[in-house]
This record gives sequence, C-alpha cells and structure tokens, in this order.
Amino acid sequence: MKAKHQRLVLVLLALVALVGAALLAVYALRNQASYFYLPEQMQADPPAVGQAVRLGGMVAPGSLETLSDGITVTFTVTGREASAIPVRYAGILPDLFVEGSGVVAEGRLAADGTFEADNLLAKHDENYVPRELQEMSEHQAAEMAEETTVGLE
Amino acid sequence: MIAEIGLAALWLAAALAVLQLAGGLAALRAGENSDLAALTRPAAVLQGGLVAISFAMLLWLFAITDLSVKLVAMNSHTAKPLIFKLSGAWGNHEGSMLLWVTVMALAGALIAGIERRLPEKTMQATLAAQGFVALGFYAFLLLSSNPFERLPEPVIEGLGLNPLLQDIGLALHPPTLYFGYVGLSVAFSFAVGALLTRNVTPDFARAMRPWILGAWVFLTLGITAGSYWAYYELGWGGYWFWDPVENASLMPWLAATALLHSASVLASRDALRVWTIMLGVVAFSMSMLGTFLVRSGILTSVHAFAVDPERGSFILILLGLYIGGALLLFALRAGTISEGERFSIASREGALVVNNVMLSAILAVVLLGTLYPLLTEAFDVRVSVGPPYFNPVSAVFVFPMLAVMAVGPLLRWRRDSWSRISREMALTGALLLVALVIFGVVSQVALLPLLGLSFAIALGVASFLPLRGRNLRRVPIAVWGMVMAHFGVAVALLGMASESAFSTERLAALAEGERTSVGPWAVELQAVEPIAGPNWTAMAARMAVSYDDGEPIEIAPQSRNFWAPAQQTTESVLVTRWNGQLYAVVGSSSNDGRWQVRLWWKPLVTLIWYGGLLVALGGILALIGRVRTDLKRRAAVRKGAARRLEMEKVS
Repeated sequence: MKAKHQRLVLVLLALVALVGAALLAVYALRNQASYFYLPEQMQADPPAVGQAVRLGGMVAPGSLETLSDGITVTFTVTGREASAIPVRYAGILPDLFVEGSGVVAEGRLAADGTFEADNLLAKHDENYVPRELQEMSEHQAAEMAEETTVGLE
Repeated sequence: MIAEIGLAALWLAAALAVLQLAGGLAALRAGENSDLAALTRPAAVLQGGLVAISFAMLLWLFAITDLSVKLVAMNSHTAKPLIFKLSGAWGNHEGSMLLWVTVMALAGALIAGIERRLPEKTMQATLAAQGFVALGFYAFLLLSSNPFERLPEPVIEGLGLNPLLQDIGLALHPPTLYFGYVGLSVAFSFAVGALLTRNVTPDFARAMRPWILGAWVFLTLGITAGSYWAYYELGWGGYWFWDPVENASLMPWLAATALLHSASVLASRDALRVWTIMLGVVAFSMSMLGTFLVRSGILTSVHAFAVDPERGSFILILLGLYIGGALLLFALRAGTISEGERFSIASREGALVVNNVMLSAILAVVLLGTLYPLLTEAFDVRVSVGPPYFNPVSAVFVFPMLAVMAVGPLLRWRRDSWSRISREMALTGALLLVALVIFGVVSQVALLPLLGLSFAIALGVASFLPLRGRNLRRVPIAVWGMVMAHFGVAVALLGMASESAFSTERLAALAEGERTSVGPWAVELQAVEPIAGPNWTAMAARMAVSYDDGEPIEIAPQSRNFWAPAQQTTESVLVTRWNGQLYAVVGSSSNDGRWQVRLWWKPLVTLIWYGGLLVALGGILALIGRVRTDLKRRAAVRKGAARRLEMEKVS
C-alpha cells in the first residue's frame, strides 16, 4: 500500500467511525432524552407510562404528607392552570424543599396517574436554581396577572 | 495600593503579550533573527513574572480580607479560616479567570525559558500563538471582569463563600483542572506554531509531549477529585452524574488521551502528523468549550458563578476566534504537510489508531449529549440527557477500546503478526470468558456492569503483559508509566462496575434506639443531637454501625445549617473498609419523632478513585521518564559541544 493510500484509508476509517458515533448518538438521543413537562402539559398529553421524564411546578401548599413508613412523601405539583399532578417520592427531601416553592421531579408516570419521582431538584440557594425553575417567577407573575384581570374584560 | 499594583501588573503583562505576538509575526515575515523576533522569548518570561505578581496581590487582598475591594467583599468573610479565605480568591468568576491567565503565562514563560529542541522560528511562532490566546483572556479580564475593582465605600462585612465550596477538596479542584486546560493551550500553541512554519516533525511531538502529559495528569486528578467531592459532599451516593459541567472536564480529558497516544506515534515513528495537529486543536477547543459552558451561565450549577450574558458572549467570541482561526489555518496548511511513515494494521501504530478513533467517537457521543439540550432549547423543547443515554452509547465504543488496550501494547512498531502474541491474546480472552460466565450466569449481573467487571479483570492482568520476559530493572520509566495507567483504568472500571452491580441501599425512618441493616452492616440510631461549628449549626445523628457483627463503630452524619450565606447542606459520613464503603446520610425528622436515614453499602467503590490516582501516577511516571531522557540528551549535546571546542583548540 502506498503512503497516500494508507492516509486515505485512515481518513475514511476515522470518518466512518465518527459518523457512526454521531448517528448512533442522534438515534439514542431521540429515544433516551428525558423531556420536561409542566403539570398542564402532563395532564393534556401524558407521556407513556414508565418513560423517564421530568415534571416541574410548584409544590401545592398543604399537600405535603408523610406516609406511615416515615420515608415516603406525597405532594401535589401544580402549574399555571388548574392542573395538579400527584407525586410520590421515597427518600430524603432536598435541603430547601418546602411547600409553595418550585420543584423539578425526575421520574416516571405510574399507571394510576401518580408521578413516581426518583429524584427531586429544588432550589439549592439563590445562586443555584434548576434551569427549569428559573422562569418560575415569570410563571407566578403570569398567574398573578390572570387573577387580577378576572372580570375586567 | 495592593489592588492597584495587581491591576498595573496585569496591564503590563497584556502589553507584553502584544509584543510577544508581534515578535512571532516578525519571525514569520523577516526571519528568526530580526530585532523584534529576538524579543519574543524575553517578553514571554517577563509576562509570566508580571502575572504571577498580579495573582499574588489578589491572594494578599483575600488573606487580609480587604473589604474595599469588590471581589473580596462579595466572596469573603472575616470569620472564615485562612485556607478558605485564600481559596476564595479563585472560588469566583474574576479570580478564577485571573488564575487561568496566571497559569497560562507561567507555562509560556517556562517554554520560552527552557525549550530548545525546535527550530527558533517554530518556537517564536508557538510563543506568538500563546501570546495571542493569552491576549484574549487579558482583554476579557481587564474589560469585563476586573478582579481588582474597588468599591466606592468599603463594606463592614463580606458576603461569604458558598458553603458547598468551603471544603479542602474544592480549594484544590479548580486549580487542578485549570492546570490541565492550560497545558492543552500549550499543546495548541505548539500545533499552531508547527503549522505556521510547516515543521511537523518527531521533535515537535517530543517538545509537545511533556505538556500533554502534564495537562493530562492534572485533568485526571481534577476529574477524580471532583468525582469524589460530588460523591461525599452532595449526599446523593453517586460519583458521576453526566452533568454538563462534569462532561466539560471529561471532554478535554478524552481529547488529551487521544492526543497523548497519537503524539507518541509521531515522536517514535514519524507517522500520524496531520492527525496529531488536528487533535491538538480539538483538545484545546474542548477546554475552551468547557470554560464557555461552565462560565457563561448557559448551564446553571454550583460551578456557574455569575449569570452574565456579556461574559458568555465574550467567551463565545474568543472560542470562535481561536478555534475558527486554528481550523482555518489547519484547512489551508494540512494539505502541504507530507505523509508520514507507513505501517501495517497489526502493529503498535495500528492499535493506537484504533484507540484514537474510539476515543474520538466517545468524545463525539459525550459532546452531542451535552449540547443536545442546548440545541433543543432553541426550539423551546426542554430535555435533559442523562445516564440512560450516556452509559449504553459510550459503552459501544468503550469496550472495543478496552480490548485494543489489552492487546496494543504487546505489538511491535511498524509491522507485527498476530501469531507472535497469540499466547497472550488467548490468556486475556480466556480470563474475559471465565469472568463473563461467573458474573453473568452465576451472579446474574446486568449487561453493562457484567461487561465492566469482566473487561476490568482481563485488562487488569493484560496491562502487565508488556513486562513479560523483560529485566524489570531495565524497563524504561515511561513504560512503567504506561503499565500503571492502563492498570489504573482497569482498577477504576472494576470499582464502577462493582458499585453498580453489588450496591445495596436502605432508606428508613428510625426513632432513637431503633435498628436497621444494610448489606452486611447492622446500624443503630443512638441519639440525635444539636451541635454548632464556627459558621454553622447542625443536627448530628449518632449511630453505631457494625460490619458482620464485629466491633461497633460510632458515626455521626449531620444536616448542617450555614448562616453566611444562609444554606443547608448534608454532611454524609463514610466508613471505609478494604472491600467497600458504608455511606450514611441523615435527613429531616418526621412529626412522630423519627429521623430519616439513608444508608448505602457500596462494595469496592473506592477503587474508582484509587484507579484514577493510578492513572495519574502512570502519567507522572511517563512524564519523569520523558523529561529525564531529554535532560540526558541535553547533557550529551553539551558534552559533545565542549569536546568539539577542545578538539578545535588542540588543533
């Protein structure tokens, strides 16, 4: 094999592997990426049961309950509209998890319509907010605007 | 006054970077002996000294907590221990960028001072590239993130440092990664210098190699330390989350690993010239991309200090300028670099090519997975990409690479035959098969951990095979380095696979005096007590844990409340045995007085970080070997020159 041919073969080999990797990655990303849902989206167009997704919203005040085993908690996540998704989570709650604040739950929808969370992401401190929660304040503002404009039309 | 000295030194250093750039350009146009070109090396050395002064001034400001300086007031507090006052100097955006240019300028000073292997013109072009890269960061610091800015009125007390960052590991983690990133910037400058002067030779690879090795060692240590920090500080029991910020440090490491191997082909065999240059550009691109992802505020994490769109776009412009420029130069010049030496597929070079292609494929997989959420967000679709994507897809390329890793070092350069190493291949294959059967059929381990365990065992043995039949005292240090690093990969892999195959978890709500168990451990919650530290208060859960009915050990995981700034953290406790770790976390109390306790038993988990350390140690050994060879060569050259001089005198 001449040097030129060898270089060509090497370039082709590298290209095939890289394009293969990219195609495989794109294919896997379409299937494995976990989508983010707001409660109203989850209610209107629920993901398949068992598919890994994320749910983000406000923890409804008064909904947080600890079951008798002492480690499983249930609460409701609400969104902008009158939508509420019940969530179940077994584990230690994140440090700044409180009713009335934002949360992102990672997990999957169970057959009974409850969201089974494996992991909860709450606001860590004022500098570290899960990305999906950054716009939560806008969310609240929209809510306020909706409430205050009722009856004005 | 201190702040002003620091700022002045920084401006002077920026001016010298301009001189360095001009010197290199003059060398390219008028030759290496023109007046301006001769200034390149001194400019680089002086610049290193000035930036070091500037950084020392910043450290001083933090040590004395000068609250008239904005950066100190925003990030420090008089009540902090001294070590965290000092680490606060780089635990923020401005300070960390200053640290970056400091390391970069010192690296430039070092190559200007000691590197004599390359033609002078190539060296000057290399230093010009280094000056050009540094100049961008000086502009960034001086124009948009001045660390020495004064407040109009000094404040009475500082705001403090994020308590998550008040940890000795965190004091060392960012500088370690920066040394790695900056080492790759030197490799990049060498690549650009070689392209500009069309001088891609084995000597170029030898000059570049210690820098790649050094960068690679620091990146390895940084990733290992960061992973251990996340493991014990976050209290989630995981060691790697495929978080974009973690990926930002993994991608340069993958590129540097590939570069390291291709540079060794170029140095030993004068092959893979263009590919090595390309990887030099890619490796530094990944460092810049990492910096961009972490520092721009595109991602939110504890690593993103300030969400400031101006800074993000500044880094993006730098990224585009350097990488775009380098790729353009590459496209223009790559065709003029002649082909290197040939080799057959069954040869050391052939195996290293496969290794390089696999590493590049893994890099592509991680890069796409990291950028995908950013891309979809542009179309208002929010996704997150996690382990279900990264683990299986990267495994497709990792395991073939591990197989080649076991065989490649046994092959000879240039041309070899498979039959010569058939015994070693049969041994490795048999080990793999036996492990697959034992763990797969008998222990019923899931596919990925099963492959991990089996490959780890086979590779662990195979990594020592290159030493067979050799006089161990005469094996070069660099070869020991390779053996050690490959063995370290096997060890880390064994830890990861064992952690995912054999971990057990227990989540329980316990009243004081109640017992539970996890794996072979019996755990009793004795009492929960409030305690106070210098800037926090905590609830500590005193527990007695015993392994296999042995002597009980007392541990006390805490749930901690800091007050400056106000924040809650989980302080986990780890009980380490030779065969694994018990991991204990305490949560909040429920209304009936029970406390949430989370326990894990993770067999062999510590091997993950010991493996990382072994890999780094391998890199250090290789570095020592290379530098020693270079020093010997220099001594020989000096001796030869002295003898020649003597001969001339005699005659």
